[in-house]
Amino acid sequence: MIFTKIKRTVKSGAISFWRNGSVSLASVLILTVTLTVITMVLFSGVVLSSTLETIKNKVDIDIYFVKGATEDSILSFANEVKKNPDILDVKYTSRDQAYQNFKERHKDEEATIQALTEIGDNPLPASINVKAKDPNKYDSIVTFLKDKETALGNNNIIDKINYTEKNQQAIGSLNRIINASNKLGILIAIFFAIVSILITFNTIRLAIYIFREEVSVMRLVGASETYIRAPFVTVGILYGLVSAIVTTIILLPITHYAGNWTEKLGTGMNLFDYYRANMLMITAALVVGGTMLGAISSFLAIKKYLKV
Amino acid sequence: MLKFTDVTKLYHTGDTALKDINIHIKAKEFVSIIGHSGAGKTTLLKLILAEEGPTSGTVTFEDVDIHKLKRSNINKYRRRVGTVFQDFRLLPDKTAYENVAFAMEAAGMDDEAILNDVPHALDLVGLKHKMHSFPDELSGGEKQRVAIARAIVNQPDMIIADEPTGNLDPVNTYEIIQLLKKVNDLGTTILLTTHNVGVIDNLGRRVITIKDGQVALDSHEGKYIL
Repeated sequence: MIFTKIKRTVKSGAISFWRNGSVSLASVLILTVTLTVITMVLFSGVVLSSTLETIKNKVDIDIYFVKGATEDSILSFANEVKKNPDILDVKYTSRDQAYQNFKERHKDEEATIQALTEIGDNPLPASINVKAKDPNKYDSIVTFLKDKETALGNNNIIDKINYTEKNQQAIGSLNRIINASNKLGILIAIFFAIVSILITFNTIRLAIYIFREEVSVMRLVGASETYIRAPFVTVGILYGLVSAIVTTIILLPITHYAGNWTEKLGTGMNLFDYYRANMLMITAALVVGGTMLGAISSFLAIKKYLKV
Repeated sequence: MLKFTDVTKLYHTGDTALKDINIHIKAKEFVSIIGHSGAGKTTLLKLILAEEGPTSGTVTFEDVDIHKLKRSNINKYRRRVGTVFQDFRLLPDKTAYENVAFAMEAAGMDDEAILNDVPHALDLVGLKHKMHSFPDELSGGEKQRVAIARAIVNQPDMIIADEPTGNLDPVNTYEIIQLLKKVNDLGTTILLTTHNVGVIDNLGRRVITIKDGQVALDSHEGKYIL
């Protein structure tokens, strides 16, 4: 019997969805806008986080060594530096490598390359590049490096530590801005979600209001609350399901357009690539969110008309 | 079968809809209830359908107080009482077949019973050939026949017909009353409210006259007298 009931409910819901096409269309449109807005707000959060990560990754410390420093002494110094728990990575660039890199970087600038050749000797120093695990730790890392430099005494091989506090300050304020933006983004997402849910709820309530007379007839022929409610909830689920599929499709051109834009802005990501890579998960979330929204709205909206 | 014992119904406005009603309707009776608009007929029917409760007194169906039934039992009780309304109250997005089938589905009947009984009920009201028509494709008389088919399909003990001919022409009125008589002959109790003098006078069955919320007359082979 339970199978028969489920079959009847699904059939009745699907028929109602189809036969009341205009009501279904309006509800699906509202739900689609809701899901699209919420997804876009969440996407903006992802873009902001990626931007912050990109900028954080651009901050580093370069340590240049005197010309006479041997590779062994530099590598031994680099190994010492690596032991600091705040340091993520240390990369060594030899003088020859630096020379090659320079030539590669300026290969189209004939005058520069010519000037380099005229010098004869390789003027570029060897260096190590230091990256911190947390950008807020650069200050303490610089202090640590300077202490190391002092400790070397007469055997000092360091020529220059290239790091300015201004970088740190800029990163700090950017960090704060992006954190604040993220918090604001979450608030906006919550606000939009609440507004959209209310609009969806009211749209479905309006759709069910049209059927209030029918609900009272159903009650009078002895249909139970569950039996009346189930097809309406099924229709709500169908609204959500169709909206989720439509939203998934709509997001393709939106993210495609926004993808180039996010890449050019230096956010460190292409929104379209991100969407494609996570499409299955996002679609699943949209389907779950959409059907829940549709079902809960219908469930609550029908309640009012069941008191006959 | 159906018993009103000292039933009084007051609305919160202070108006008295019904006062000290005592009626006993036996099984297989055909009872007409007449009265001016606002006399209390509709309130009486609402009490029978458990849409409203009495202020005092009891309404019993087969010795069970219907206003003390649990929600789930009210649904079961309503399946034993078929209803026909003046405005038909069919489900507009369902065909004639689906409207009748819905009452059976709501009663938890299986598919086989529905496939057998729905065409039979529609045949009984002369609408088998229009079973796939939607309500807006049917005339007033045809809609009322669908409503009667829906009311009888679960083989109820009683049918409540609230002004079923109010929106119909004389020919359809005659046919609907004949149909109700046929249902009554098959053993179902009928409770009919109407303003139609001709219907009452031709029926020659029991007539209860309600006046100012009270039973003014209860005649077993009554005429339309207000």
